[in-house]
Amino acid sequence: MSWLRQVPSACYMTLAFVFIYLPVVVLVLFSFQDGLLPVPPFQGPSLQWYERMFDNRRLMEALLNSIVVATLSSAVATLLGFLAAHTLARKHIRFAGGARYLLMAPITVSYLIIGMGLLVTFNLLGVSRSLFVVGIGHVIINLPLCFAIIFSQMGDHQKNIERTAHDLGATDLQTLVLITAPIMRPTLFAAFCIAATLSWDEFIIAFLLSRFDVTLPVTIFEMLRAGLTPEVNAAGTVVFAISITMVSIAILLSTRRKNNNG
Amino acid sequence: MAEITRPPIRGGFDFSRWAIVPAITITVCFFIVPLVIMLLVSFWQRIGGKLEATWTLANYEKFFSRSYLVDALFNSIEVALVATIVSVLLAYPLAHILAYRVPQRWQRFALILAVLPFWTSYVVRSYSWLLVLSDNGIINVALQSIGIIDQPLSMSYNRGATVLGFVHFFTMLLTLTIYANLVQISPSYRRAAADLGASNLQVFLRITLPLSVPGIAVGAFIAFVITIGDFITPQILGGNTELLIPQAIMLQVARAANFPMASVMSMTLMAVVTITYLAFAKYLKMDRG
Amino acid sequence: MVNTLVELKSIRKTFGNVVAVDSVNLSIARGEFVVLLGPSGSGKTTILSMLGGFVTPSSGEVLIEGADVTQVPPALRPTVTVFQDYALFPHMSVASNVSFGLSMRKVPKDVRGRRTEQALRLVGLEGLGDRAIDQLSGGQRQRVALARAIAVEPSVLLLDEPLGALDLSLRRQMQEELVRIQKQLGTTFVHVTHDQDEAMSIADTIVVLNHGKIEDNGPPDRIYLKPASLFTATFMGESNILEGTIAATHNGHMQVSTKLGDIEVEGERPAGDTVRLSIRPEQIKLGTTEDNDSIALGDVEITEAVFQGAHRRCRGLAGTNRDTELLLRIPVENSIQPGDTVEINVQPNDIVLLQD
Repeated sequence: MSWLRQVPSACYMTLAFVFIYLPVVVLVLFSFQDGLLPVPPFQGPSLQWYERMFDNRRLMEALLNSIVVATLSSAVATLLGFLAAHTLARKHIRFAGGARYLLMAPITVSYLIIGMGLLVTFNLLGVSRSLFVVGIGHVIINLPLCFAIIFSQMGDHQKNIERTAHDLGATDLQTLVLITAPIMRPTLFAAFCIAATLSWDEFIIAFLLSRFDVTLPVTIFEMLRAGLTPEVNAAGTVVFAISITMVSIAILLSTRRKNNNG
Repeated sequence: MAEITRPPIRGGFDFSRWAIVPAITITVCFFIVPLVIMLLVSFWQRIGGKLEATWTLANYEKFFSRSYLVDALFNSIEVALVATIVSVLLAYPLAHILAYRVPQRWQRFALILAVLPFWTSYVVRSYSWLLVLSDNGIINVALQSIGIIDQPLSMSYNRGATVLGFVHFFTMLLTLTIYANLVQISPSYRRAAADLGASNLQVFLRITLPLSVPGIAVGAFIAFVITIGDFITPQILGGNTELLIPQAIMLQVARAANFPMASVMSMTLMAVVTITYLAFAKYLKMDRG
Repeated sequence: MVNTLVELKSIRKTFGNVVAVDSVNLSIARGEFVVLLGPSGSGKTTILSMLGGFVTPSSGEVLIEGADVTQVPPALRPTVTVFQDYALFPHMSVASNVSFGLSMRKVPKDVRGRRTEQALRLVGLEGLGDRAIDQLSGGQRQRVALARAIAVEPSVLLLDEPLGALDLSLRRQMQEELVRIQKQLGTTFVHVTHDQDEAMSIADTIVVLNHGKIEDNGPPDRIYLKPASLFTATFMGESNILEGTIAATHNGHMQVSTKLGDIEVEGERPAGDTVRLSIRPEQIKLGTTEDNDSIALGDVEITEAVFQGAHRRCRGLAGTNRDTELLLRIPVENSIQPGDTVEINVQPNDIVLLQD
């Protein structure tokens, strides 16, 4: 009779999954709507809204902007996080605990506040809003995460490898570039992917700090304000697909690494 | 032997010691300093379209005297609390089922499946709920066609919709954090308790639940902080029924360009967030794994 | 003196309240195979780390080739350390690992290739340069680590329990390999181990360490047959320790009164002093004194006799009051059993006066 005990669990799980997937199904379904409104009844399928979307210059530019900002800010965050993790994992420096708190601090504060801080400051300094400034904001929100991920993987088991490199004549920099970084490549890539995913989907900082050139989430928001059409559905579905691909790659890489170390 | 030379005597630049400097510098310059500046600006005023360093508490007085602004703050806290609590209540059973009822082989797959919609664009996801909940959305159309109701239920453009939007997002997040915590608990604890005569309920209440508190705490903290500072979900789903703090801040920035006022509100929000952090601090320690 | 390669002068190392190394003085000659032997906590690894430059002494000096290298980092010392876990670079091939030190020294590519092949040939891994590290067995990894160190031709090769991770037969094989390689290279090897059999197999000189101090220092046979201290006597194999008082002394000969009778030993200690004598179990012979040289030790009542293959390991009670427990190794031909009482004697040369 054990299957009977499974019934409540199965019911709950089904309901939970329905709840979780409801908006996604609606989103994807009505992106193929052959009609003007993304609401029932479903008429279609039609690719017209995808065509419309790819013809939307502003949207395509925003897509490109998002990719550039995500890639560059994540690369910077990963690099800086790697260097910081290296120092804290290998060297005894004073205020090491304080440094860790400082680096992790931005995680405890809302993105809105971080964005506001930057907006007020740059306005005061006369620096105008731009994608570059958005990039800075994204580095700030991603640096703690990259640092935490990389730091957690810098175990003691690598100490002797680095000691040997030094013993054989390598400088700190050579050891970092030739030995430590290559060995940690999967972790670095995972940190980069996670940062890129967060940056790519980030709204409020991008909204506050950009002007004419915007990122994808900001454009989608603009489209929403203009009116609800299935074009937004199409855009959302494409974003979903790209995000899932990036995350899948990150997961696959991390599984492969675990298998190699086993 | 003559071919091998000694390594050249290098200068003593200790790269390892200084490698952390760029990260610290950026954090200080673009995080700490802006917060300080924002604090300072909150004491200034916008007079005649220009920013004047008047050093006054006028803005704070204005904030706390405007009931709709103070309401916005408390509404935000309420909404965040409700959303967080409901998310925990929905996510915990799901995480528990995933950890203990789903066969081992399928767990990872089921988890990924449960969390996948996390990666739709945040803006788009809130918008999707609007489609689901609106008067001519899926739920109303379905209920009407079955005949359960005559008039569409008003489920959108209100606080309920906002909370629902948040709950949807954070149920997934909390499922993840609670699940991760649960699978780390050694099964021998539960087995030992059962062996000593505890019923399933007792095992859950006395063993599993206390040990899963860290996972709940981390997820709840993130949920609360993100919710209380979120602009998009209330803006899209909440309609004009009530004002939350992030929307109030955006109004000051977009319409009035009144940075001092916006700074005041931001600092108030920051105070709430900081207090929350301090309350959760012991669960948020980060050690080398 | 000209032959001294490494000198440790009054080296001392403390970690907080713990004294790991307590004022050690040591000289190592060029071309020697030195083994630092001792239990865990004896300070042997700390001394090795101070030689390699990974740990700085709290006080004292480290001299290599006459130069004071106490504050010099590992990269600039003429030493290379082989760690217990080999620390091979997992993302590089065997050849890249071995040639790493050479490329750090900016040795030209063709020379690097030649030296790498030479090193691999020396350790018996010829032709395996292109292999990935994770394709190698434990023994092969050990050899790669060795080749990598040899390739840069250090003055001193430091080995930190390199054979600890290998199983017994592989370990014996590698011990022979190490000696062969060392003799072929002529490089000074300093090898840390806690295994006294290993030490005796490979060392030219054994330095016995305990609680951060040197207990004894010398060739394996001398250390075994004439241990200087109580610790050495009991750590290097088993030993019978007899306590006694000096009854009389005359011209470098002392008469020591023990529970097994009066024993004459060479030495210059004043009468009335207590001393300890060490006798190895296998040196106690059965029978009454056959010639004028051997010293009678009375008789012993056997309480235990365990067959160990080439000998029987026996315990017995000796002395007139049967209050002295002795350990003996009796040849198998002698069918001795518990309950037997036998006469025992020992050669005077086999009695060691312990220095402490």
